[in-house]
Amino acid sequence: MGVETIACPDCDLLQHVPPLPPGGKARCARCGETLLSERADPLDRPLALAVAAASALLIANTTPLMTLSAVGREASTTIIGGAYEMWLQGSEITAAIVAFCAVIAPAAHCLFLLVVLLAVRRPPAPRWIGELLRSAHFFEPWSMTEVMMLGILVALVKIAQLADVIPGIGMFAAGAFVALLAGVTATFDAREVWKRVEWADGTVPPLPPAERAGAVR
Amino acid sequence: MNAATLSAARAGLVSCTTCRLLSRPAQPANPGYCPRCGTALTWRHHNSIQYTWALVIAAAIFYIPANALPVLTTTTLGSTESDTIMGGVVFLYTSGSWPLALIVLIASVMIPLGKLAALAYLLITAQRGSVRNMHDRSRIYRLIEFIGRWSMLDVFVDAFVVALVQLQPLMSVEPGLGVVFFMAVVVLTMLAAETFDPRLIWDPVERGERHG
Repeated sequence: MGVETIACPDCDLLQHVPPLPPGGKARCARCGETLLSERADPLDRPLALAVAAASALLIANTTPLMTLSAVGREASTTIIGGAYEMWLQGSEITAAIVAFCAVIAPAAHCLFLLVVLLAVRRPPAPRWIGELLRSAHFFEPWSMTEVMMLGILVALVKIAQLADVIPGIGMFAAGAFVALLAGVTATFDAREVWKRVEWADGTVPPLPPAERAGAVR
Repeated sequence: MNAATLSAARAGLVSCTTCRLLSRPAQPANPGYCPRCGTALTWRHHNSIQYTWALVIAAAIFYIPANALPVLTTTTLGSTESDTIMGGVVFLYTSGSWPLALIVLIASVMIPLGKLAALAYLLITAQRGSVRNMHDRSRIYRLIEFIGRWSMLDVFVDAFVVALVQLQPLMSVEPGLGVVFFMAVVVLTMLAAETFDPRLIWDPVERGERHG
């Protein structure tokens, strides 16, 4: 451990960061970007939350978000059903983007993180988890479940005059997913994964001292 | 800036964009790959300014049809009514939910416009090597990166209104062409925020030191 030398991702300033206490944060001396934040439990806690988030995601995508009833007729929709209806109405591009941002990206983000967190528990961590972690970061900005929830709220207000709307289980599950996934990103520290991953040139990183002590039972 | 200010690039070190490992490339002209995670290393994003300008200009052009064309067309027993994005905001306001009208106005009108203006400002100042307001410009960049996705709100609103209001033959709602253009604006500005390299904001500091 000890002092780490880091280049700020936002302004490239080189700086030495001393060891931080759990929960401590280091900000760039020049531009103010967060350089490091030391989490209390950077791998186990996000794993627990990621398992819960994945279950919530499964429920959110398989149960109806809401049911609408008007003049004796009922219609209900799931998340993917919203995108599918767009497709049927002739907006294929919109449907594809809605499906990507509301279903594919959140699922990829959550599941890739889950697999990374599981695979990193067995040292030395295999190289492919680095690839998965990179993909998870790629999907992160496009995973828009919380934007979708607000969108549904606005849509409900627009429809409210025409029909009665009953929220379904899917809606609550989507809300739980948003909160749990936010918990995963808030407790996870990608550095801990990188420290354990086998390098591209074949070098195996030494075990952190704490784990070596833990391995001797 | 004091004498201790040294960027990684000037020290001959390149920071991996994926795993943030600092490495010293053997050939500075061709930094190769990160020894830990295998990501292609670059000193700065390739052609960051040109790519970002291209995306910003494309988004600005699409912004016009996105607001002029209807996003939703409602058909009720023979009569047809079309709504643009602003029409949707006005509808929410007149139907009594002004907080939601305000949220949609911010997400659909103010954020995309603000993003385009802010990206143009960041690009122009970076191109001119400006050393003014660098802290503010860094902060603007982080704000753009964080807030951009919320513009997708209107697309989701339209998708779920269309999905739910299918009560043929009484009433049906169809998505308009405006949604496609509006979505293009959001996606292009999000990509623009990713191609812009925020380190370009601070690079002129060291160029100035070297010359002076």
